[in-house]
Amino acid sequence: MTEHSFQIDADMVKHVAYLVRLGITDEEAQGFSQQFSAIIDYFNLLNEVDTSDTPPATQVIHASMVLREDVAQPSMSREEFLKNAPESEDGYVKVSTVLGEE
Amino acid sequence: MDLNSLTLRSAQEMLRSKQVSSVELTQAMLDRIHKIDPQIQAYMTVTDELALEQAHQADERLAHGDNVTPLIGIPFGVKDCLSTKGVRTTCSSKILENYVPQYNATVIEKLSDAGAVLLGKHNMDEFGMGSSCENSAYFPTRNPWDLSRVPGGSSGGSAAAAAAGMGLFSIGEDTGGSVRMPAGFCNITGLKPTYGRVSRYGLIALVSSFDSIGPMAREVYDVATVTEAIAGVDGRDSTSAAIPVPQYSQSLGKSVKGMKLGIPKEYFVAGMEAGVESAIHKAIEQFEALGMEIQEVSLPHTKYGLPVYYLILFAEASANLARFDGTRFGLSVRDGAEDVIDVYLQTRRAGFGDEVKRRIMLGAYTLSAGYYDAYYLKAQKVRTLLRQDFEQAFEQVDALIAPTCPTTAFKLGEKTADPLEMYLSDIYVTATNPAGIPSLAVPCGFSQGMPVGMQLMGKHFNEETLFQIGHAYQQVTDWHKQLPPIG
Amino acid sequence: MTSIKYETVIGLEIHAELQTASKMFCGCSADYSSAPEANTNICPVCTALPGAMPVINAKAVEQAILVGLALNCTINPHNTFARKNYFYPDLPKGYQISQYDLPIASEGWLDVPADSGKGTQRIIIRRAHLEEDTAKTFHRGDHALIDYNRAGVPLLEIVTEPDFRSVESALAYATKIRAILRYLGVNAGDMEKGILRFEANVSVRPVGSDEFRTRTEIKNLNSFRALTRASTYEVERQIKVYENGGQIVQETLGWDEARGVTVSQRSKEHAHDYRYFPEPDLPPLELSQAYIDSFHAHLPELPDAKTERFLREYGLKPQDAALLASERSLADYFETVVKQTRDSAQTVCNWLTGALLRQVNELGLSVDAIPVPAVHLAQLIDLAFDKTINGNTAKSVLVEMFQSGRAPKEIVEAQGLGQISDEGVLKEMVIKLIADNPKEVTSYLGGRETLLQWFIGQIARATKGKANSQAVKQLLLDEFEKLKK
Ligand SMILES: [Mg+2]
Ligand SMILES: [Zn+2]
Repeated sequence: MTEHSFQIDADMVKHVAYLVRLGITDEEAQGFSQQFSAIIDYFNLLNEVDTSDTPPATQVIHASMVLREDVAQPSMSREEFLKNAPESEDGYVKVSTVLGEE
Repeated sequence: MDLNSLTLRSAQEMLRSKQVSSVELTQAMLDRIHKIDPQIQAYMTVTDELALEQAHQADERLAHGDNVTPLIGIPFGVKDCLSTKGVRTTCSSKILENYVPQYNATVIEKLSDAGAVLLGKHNMDEFGMGSSCENSAYFPTRNPWDLSRVPGGSSGGSAAAAAAGMGLFSIGEDTGGSVRMPAGFCNITGLKPTYGRVSRYGLIALVSSFDSIGPMAREVYDVATVTEAIAGVDGRDSTSAAIPVPQYSQSLGKSVKGMKLGIPKEYFVAGMEAGVESAIHKAIEQFEALGMEIQEVSLPHTKYGLPVYYLILFAEASANLARFDGTRFGLSVRDGAEDVIDVYLQTRRAGFGDEVKRRIMLGAYTLSAGYYDAYYLKAQKVRTLLRQDFEQAFEQVDALIAPTCPTTAFKLGEKTADPLEMYLSDIYVTATNPAGIPSLAVPCGFSQGMPVGMQLMGKHFNEETLFQIGHAYQQVTDWHKQLPPIG
Repeated sequence: MTSIKYETVIGLEIHAELQTASKMFCGCSADYSSAPEANTNICPVCTALPGAMPVINAKAVEQAILVGLALNCTINPHNTFARKNYFYPDLPKGYQISQYDLPIASEGWLDVPADSGKGTQRIIIRRAHLEEDTAKTFHRGDHALIDYNRAGVPLLEIVTEPDFRSVESALAYATKIRAILRYLGVNAGDMEKGILRFEANVSVRPVGSDEFRTRTEIKNLNSFRALTRASTYEVERQIKVYENGGQIVQETLGWDEARGVTVSQRSKEHAHDYRYFPEPDLPPLELSQAYIDSFHAHLPELPDAKTERFLREYGLKPQDAALLASERSLADYFETVVKQTRDSAQTVCNWLTGALLRQVNELGLSVDAIPVPAVHLAQLIDLAFDKTINGNTAKSVLVEMFQSGRAPKEIVEAQGLGQISDEGVLKEMVIKLIADNPKEVTSYLGGRETLLQWFIGQIARATKGKANSQAVKQLLLDEFEKLKK
């Protein structure tokens, strides 16, 4: 086993897997834990850079105020849309029970 | 006449002079696909019927002299991450196995209007995540120069198809080298345009702030012609730039004498394959012979390019891939699911490959409360420095030169075990995407029988200069004319 | 048990759908409530098909600026969108495009009546930001059905500081926000349609303390009644928990209208981690100061200013002025009628706040769509003012106006309702009445003065109430006076 100065343990892997709604087993979490630690360890390289006076660059091309005129356009075909849906009913997209609220 | 070894330019001339019809040309492409693609597997989906229908329409237009565009009747293929109406679009992922878009990407719309003929969809690394095309959930694509080797990634299918004469050009997509690296591995020319130059509407997003759709073909002229057709502002993509599109193909042929070519010293350090290094040096000598001034420049933050690239990729990709939830389209695993959360967990477990899983989990991790500042925000700050490096370099030179990859195409399976090692193969191509600058990959020699690619990087929205330099190079070299030993 | 007194601490979040033609980030119609069927106002963007991209609706930005200015906020010249990541079937992209650290409006305020009953208190508005609504989910048996017609409709979320010290002041604020949004024409305020929704963050603390204790968040309150009941319930529940030595857990609650209780909505123990980050598909909104300033000209006179003016200009009572000013259409209606009638503003006010609003309420109409044109009401008031008809007749004519839409003059003429003020006609009737009832006349003249009312009544009956009763009374008195002599 490789030693990394930085560890992402299996519990953390399971936590982030749940955040992105990814079912994983305990064994898989172990495997990812090793890889993640290596990757994040390498990325900690950025800590050497002094960015105290540097603004973040969310976008590289400076466009701004790109707006759309408020005009309603026709809908796309519901039939075509529902063809791709795994399940539908009466024109609705059908999903399994929804428990709780977000 | 071997139609499959034509360049786009020669096909264009033959179509106009009626030496060949689009139907004949298209049929030749389809025949070759059916003959050799079982060995290469560049195509995910081949649209024979649609292609011949479009070719027929193109012939009608040609016959009547009706709206004869530069791309009319020209058969092409497209990476399977661009939405094609009525044509299955998978991103080479199981999660989209049966997805048929009900709308076209803007680029597809433009090409269709121009009369180009769609041959089919190219295999790729799943959702663009990979550098070898081995991360396709269906099958790996092989390099037409050596079937035991990878074509590069993630636009591996697009590069292999264009290299092996299965289409006169390919539409690839470059998030962090995905056009240039496979172009280098397969001996073709490919452009990663400036971010915002080409509309992303309908492109299944990997990294919204990096993704750039770009053409791949045999020659600079071909690539310039396609770029002209697909570039421009689009009201459906707020990040597309409202900057006029030059007539790229018309400005080729201008002398490069007196132009300045920069060699970023940080790119020429240990780790480069000897044959790659010597090919690049020969190319530099060639440019000097063409009258260019060669000058060393520094991009001091180069070594941070890869972490910046991957950290931002993880974050954006984790959100971009959230819509694949088994609700409206694609795979949905519902058997035995207790509730909708279970469906999410099972669908995404079954639908995504390991590399996708790794990246979206890392994305969630680096964006999480408590880690955001250390990873995502830090990466965005260093990104500013990367961009400034380039801006400062371009105050001194007109373009930069570097290899597209430290090695030539590697063997299938060689790097799949260690994700980090695979990431490192993108070391020369990833920094351009966070900076948003354009970069043109051009064939520049061979190392132990495998092609070597160089890239020419330029200022924002200055594709013209890159085409000019690349074209001048191709006038005095014939690397790009070498065809792979297949079929 | 100790006898600590508790103080209520409430902060409000209001989600208001904006009144645009198209959705926040796509061209689909935003009018989901009149869509004939599910999933008929959809496109690749609002159903999150792979590859689709958002484009900001200019009108939504304009409306947000107007609201921000009306709420005394700073409009931020540089504001950006962000992705708020979570999974739920009504959220097609798996993230909501919202605004996070750089909202379009921040640091505003609104005055509401003080809890002491004297003067006003200032509620600080932390921010107002643009975002998109979710799809609608319907539960059917063991599954759920989704309609994306509402997905992507523009929302403005208005957030206060925890400044309310009573449920009443929270309600007063909510009511006022609704009025302002209606004034600006950015939200119709139809609570039953869900286009205005409240979230209350509730905590309590001992009176005199200035700590902020753990709060709970009650989501999706769709009426003033639900806001009032849920907040009141939650305040009492928290006090009980503290009094029993317990602790409040920070959680999201729902309101069970039928049982009248708040219920925990946390189905999984995982806490929320929305992983906000800047939306890379949308460039920042850069609003120049000149552009922002240009909206001041579009700001209408708002309820508070209008109330003030009505007091000053028309001398109305404060509660009348406030009532008329609470709705822009009502206030405009009032002023139109005042201009067109010969009677006083106070009379118009009496008509509006009395008979007219009674009809509107009885018929279940909106004050935005009073079927009686202002010019008709002015005419009616003038008919009464001129004594062509009396007060009671006027009220029944108004009812008729609501029903038939006809002008009051037409109704009065067609039904012969005009008041008889003709002295000659009335005098004849009075003389005949006296001649026909000698016994009652003798009795009246003998001192039974209450009989005067009986004589007036007889004339009223004979004229079906159209006689001008003042005139009749005077004529009777005149005749009796003659008889006395
Ligand atoms: Mg919100
Ligand atoms: Zn839409």
